[in-house]
Amino acid sequence: MLSSTGHPFIFLLPVLAVVIFWVMAKFEPKQVGVTKKSFFERNGTPVAIYLIVAVVFWALFMIVLPQLFMVEMSFRPKLPPVEMGGPKDLYTFQNYHYFIYGSTTSSDAINWVHIKAFFLTILASLLVALFNFALCYPLAYYMAQSARPARVRFLLLLLIAPYWVNEILRAFAFRIIFSSGGLINKMLLGAGFVDQPIDFIGIDIALYAGLGYAYMLMMIFSLYNAIETLDHAQIEAARDLGAPWWHIHSFIVIPFAKPGIASGCTLVFMLSAGSLAAPLVLGGPRSLWFTPILYDRFFQAFNWPQGAAYAFILLLACVSFVLLVLRLGRLSLGEIAK
Amino acid sequence: MTAAVEIDHLTVQFGLFTAVKDVSLQIRQGEFFSFLGPSGCGKTTILRAISGFQEPTQGTIRIGGQDMNGIGPNQRPTALIFQNLALFPLMTVAENIGYGLRVRGVPKAERDRKVGELLNLIALSDQGNKKIEELSGGQKQRVAIARALAVEPKVLLLDEPLSALDLKLRQHMRNELRAIQRRVGITFIYITHDQGEALTMSDRIAVMNRGKIEQIGNGRDVYEHPQTSFVASFVGENNGFSGTITKISGDQAEIETSVGRLTGLNKKSLAVGAKATLFVRPELMRFGSQGENNLAGSAADAAYEGMTTHLTMKAPDGSSVVATLTGAPAREFPSEGSPASFAFSTSDALILPA
Repeated sequence: MLSSTGHPFIFLLPVLAVVIFWVMAKFEPKQVGVTKKSFFERNGTPVAIYLIVAVVFWALFMIVLPQLFMVEMSFRPKLPPVEMGGPKDLYTFQNYHYFIYGSTTSSDAINWVHIKAFFLTILASLLVALFNFALCYPLAYYMAQSARPARVRFLLLLLIAPYWVNEILRAFAFRIIFSSGGLINKMLLGAGFVDQPIDFIGIDIALYAGLGYAYMLMMIFSLYNAIETLDHAQIEAARDLGAPWWHIHSFIVIPFAKPGIASGCTLVFMLSAGSLAAPLVLGGPRSLWFTPILYDRFFQAFNWPQGAAYAFILLLACVSFVLLVLRLGRLSLGEIAK
Repeated sequence: MTAAVEIDHLTVQFGLFTAVKDVSLQIRQGEFFSFLGPSGCGKTTILRAISGFQEPTQGTIRIGGQDMNGIGPNQRPTALIFQNLALFPLMTVAENIGYGLRVRGVPKAERDRKVGELLNLIALSDQGNKKIEELSGGQKQRVAIARALAVEPKVLLLDEPLSALDLKLRQHMRNELRAIQRRVGITFIYITHDQGEALTMSDRIAVMNRGKIEQIGNGRDVYEHPQTSFVASFVGENNGFSGTITKISGDQAEIETSVGRLTGLNKKSLAVGAKATLFVRPELMRFGSQGENNLAGSAADAAYEGMTTHLTMKAPDGSSVVATLTGAPAREFPSEGSPASFAFSTSDALILPA
């Protein structure tokens, strides 16, 4: 693992962070007319100490350090335990190199299998996010602007209740419904729409449906929260001025709800791209999602450094994609977090 | 002359609650017409029925002679100014005003010209590119009016648009609204619970209570010749004395109340034995005991307002009687608790059915 010189740094880091936070709290810039009390006076010393220590612990041990370890690991070669820290343990790009050029199953010069799976994952996740938006927008609009409060509570319950069933079970249930002899095919055959069952799993319909369903709540809640804050009088004002329904949605509701839409779409996109259970259970024989490949790097190939490199590639792709969407939508990160 | 808006036996029910009960009235072309009443009296419901946001349970509404049944708010020749204005916060002032024109597919050049004219009308010519949030309350008000006028409605509906403004601005906007109405010449229908607004701006006022029209008339009619007890007590200040009619002589009647026998004008031709209320405006009440009707009690309060003083007297039955006096007589008011008396003329008192 880390060389012996690294350890003192690891233990010093939290202490250092606490000290920095402490100093920040002590000398926080005073805004004119807001408050004259310091962070410690406002919260009381015990609470202030708890806040600083808890935030540092959470930020460092839960977020920063694990990710740093993974990033660091991704630049190391795969070695048997005895050679770790030895002369062969040098930083290398070989894990990233492997993603593009390496392959174990074919003699191609380029690792097409993994690259294709990577882009398929990104593209399909994007489609799942857009599909989810199209599906959830009408419902969210209805709940936020038209429905009476009792109806909204009932609908929310209906939306949440299915998520009490765990993700794997839901994925298998989808597999059963979408299988050749499943409910949907039986209905289609019975109604005479098709002569022979459609291979929903083979053509990945089941996978996209499963992914869309798994993260629908994220979309619904983001949209609902955004649309709910729109004053209903604005919709009526637009109607009164002669706007047809599509104009009201395009120029009044959607621009207003843009931060919520961006937040819902990025959440669904990120979660789909990083989803493991649905692709494992619902993925067809031909589809190769990126996350199962990643999983295999860790637990089939036992190549943790390579798995870390793949995970890091996926993370970078997702983050840069989200930032691109925000730039295109002229939104700031702060707005979508509202 | 055809009526701009004709309301014919309009009834609106929400479940078991009847918000508007069988209302019929005609609003003339180019008129400034106000609905005045306490909150919950159904005035906003009538406005929403005219604008098309509320389906009538029964009855019809005609605008310019055309039956509006089944015609949505976006197809009606009306424009509504909302209580909270409902300006679009993501659009500039000019975009707000031009929205109705954009929806109608008016070409950009034409639209810009029209928006320019309207910005001129509301004296905000150089502020078209500002955001809504950068405007003051009064400016927002004017933008809302311009946005509604842009679609050239036959009827402009205003739902208590001044209620969010402070007193000074409200009084200023009254004059401004009236001036704009005269300039554009279209029918304004104004909803308010503020009788001052209704009296100063309107050509005619419909006073509403519990879903019904109590009286329609100009400001002077409604204030000086109220037809019902509700109108007498809701429009302006009034002293009311309830009791039973005991004697009738010509156009006058005598009424037995808890503060004694009083006489007033019996314009409603009430018979002896009828339950009635006698109303006297505070400004028609005099201080002293040399009148056709005299009330004795104890002085309770003298609220000095500069030009006027409101004297309150506690009558023996515990009720308060108010007299509004201008100038010197107010200074003679006895100190709190000492005996005092008010007087009023029979011709200044109105007897209305209870």
